[in-house]
Amino acid sequence: MSVAASPARKLQMSVIGPILALVILVIAGALMNPNFLGLDNITNVLARSAFIGIIAVGMTFVITSGGLDLSVGSMAAFVAGLMILVMNTLLPKMGVGVPIVLVGMAVALGAGIIAGLINGLLITRLGIEAFIVTLGSMGIYRSLVTWLADGGTLSLDFGLRSFYQPVYYGGIFGITWPIIVFALVVILGEVLMRKTAFGRHCAAIGSNDQVARYASVRVARVRLLTYVMLGGLVGIAVIMYVPRLGSASSATGLLWELEAIAAVIIGGTALKGGFGRVWGTVVGVLILVLIGNLLNLTDYVSPYLNGAIQGAIIILAVVLQRGSKAGQ
Amino acid sequence: MKHFVSALALAVALGGPAMAQDTKVIGVSIPAATHGWAGGMNYFAKTTVERLEATYPELDFVLATASDPAKQVNDIEDMLATRKISALVVLPFESEPLTGPVQNVKASGAWVTVVDRGLAVEGIQDLYVAGDNPGFGRVAGEFMKSHMPDGGKIVVLRGIPTTIDNERLEGFQGAIEGSGIEVLAAEHGNWNRDNSFTVMQDFLSKYPEIDAVWASDDDMALGALAAIEAAGRKDVKFVLGGAGMKEMVKRTMDGDAMIPANVTYPPAMIATAIEITAVGLVSQAPVSGDFIIGSVLVTPDNAATYYYPDSPF
Repeated sequence: MSVAASPARKLQMSVIGPILALVILVIAGALMNPNFLGLDNITNVLARSAFIGIIAVGMTFVITSGGLDLSVGSMAAFVAGLMILVMNTLLPKMGVGVPIVLVGMAVALGAGIIAGLINGLLITRLGIEAFIVTLGSMGIYRSLVTWLADGGTLSLDFGLRSFYQPVYYGGIFGITWPIIVFALVVILGEVLMRKTAFGRHCAAIGSNDQVARYASVRVARVRLLTYVMLGGLVGIAVIMYVPRLGSASSATGLLWELEAIAAVIIGGTALKGGFGRVWGTVVGVLILVLIGNLLNLTDYVSPYLNGAIQGAIIILAVVLQRGSKAGQ
Repeated sequence: MKHFVSALALAVALGGPAMAQDTKVIGVSIPAATHGWAGGMNYFAKTTVERLEATYPELDFVLATASDPAKQVNDIEDMLATRKISALVVLPFESEPLTGPVQNVKASGAWVTVVDRGLAVEGIQDLYVAGDNPGFGRVAGEFMKSHMPDGGKIVVLRGIPTTIDNERLEGFQGAIEGSGIEVLAAEHGNWNRDNSFTVMQDFLSKYPEIDAVWASDDDMALGALAAIEAAGRKDVKFVLGGAGMKEMVKRTMDGDAMIPANVTYPPAMIATAIEITAVGLVSQAPVSGDFIIGSVLVTPDNAATYYYPDSPF
């Protein structure tokens, strides 16, 4: 991209890079399969993006403030397992209805927040590396869900699942709930990142925590809050996930942490912290999900090579975006 | 898991120098419960070990579950070094990395039983107990053929890319050859509900007319069923899963038209292997050779025989 001559143009390139990659993918998809832009497929893709997307918005704040959380995939599996267990246990007493679903939602949200709080406290109060703490909790939650399920699958009672199902499949004005919730989380996240002291503090801590401390930013507290927020968002993602298939097993949420981190980085947030872009994360999530969708909709590539195509497009999306920096 | 830990603790306490001279130890090494089928296999391994320990006081068991091949190699080396096992029952995580360690066990003079996945070198094991993967595909293909005599369009959900998956698909394709059944597409659902749900959604977007689905595994069948139900598509007449998950066998038993049949690939084959190995150690009955457990078609008529409500799978 030789047009990146003036500083204004350079800035633009880093902004439009991920969007450009997304637009190319959408055009390629529309050319390869006429059903690609159909309402059903778009709904599928957006609803599918919601789980990783909601988590990735939280991850944007954690990474912006110089942290990392590898435990979110396992945490989601554990929270989903716990939620199903609690709802099944309460079923004989409460019966199928709105109250039991609300209790289940509260359990998911509460468990997510507590799990995030534990990660955050270990990282900020004991001063252990985020990578190590969350690598540890990743293993712990993954084992706990396997143990809860006794090695098998935890399934929500069939009647209860049918009652709860509209939370994933239903919606208003033809837009399903996961998409609505995802959009709300993104808007709130964008405002929080751009317009509030909290967002600025995250960026300040990520670029230099010592300087931030001298500028009287409460570094530990802001960091702790980012992990708690991420935990809460994992809970919200689980609330949307459980009604889809009504089950959780040790295979639930596998590699979600890496997908969320990849989406954040593709979207233009710096992995070493200091700069974050919530809308960019959304573009990153959509790119990741669209690649999988496109590979399923076309037969040009052997399914054995799906991973390679995904990898190549992820790298390409980041190259497009960093193209301007290389010339500096 | 609790049982496993206490069994191990007990085994360690009983073992060591104080061990009675005539007690024989059987080591059982299996992959951890990473998906539904493996969960069932773990359950049958545990219950069989408990039952046999009560039945044969002269036998002692060490059961170890491994989450990756390297851990399984360590488990087997530890069993040989510290427990002096007389026999090893192993379901290898992967063939190549486990071949060397199992060969060492054999060289020590112990009996070796290999389950389900063969080793990379032939002739190590005394007893081989396995499911019939090409047969699994063939039985599924023959059912499709008989259920759709006029042919039709189907999509296939494959497992994790492995030899097992390839053998199943080849068996299936061989069986439906010339029947007028057209396979529109085959993608990997990785024996996983979430992946299969996603792949099935995309198949439904891509093809306006699908007559049936071969999901080749019940976890994948459940994911596919949820996608079909959500899309409200009436053209898909049935989904054929496999491996005999209890919920799915129950639905076949109850006459659910969407799940007219199942094809067994019993996780209880680990129980067969442990039982036969134990018989070989305590009696003079010859038990060496190959024991291939056939895949059986489960229909509403015989489903009750294959329904195990207590198993986690």
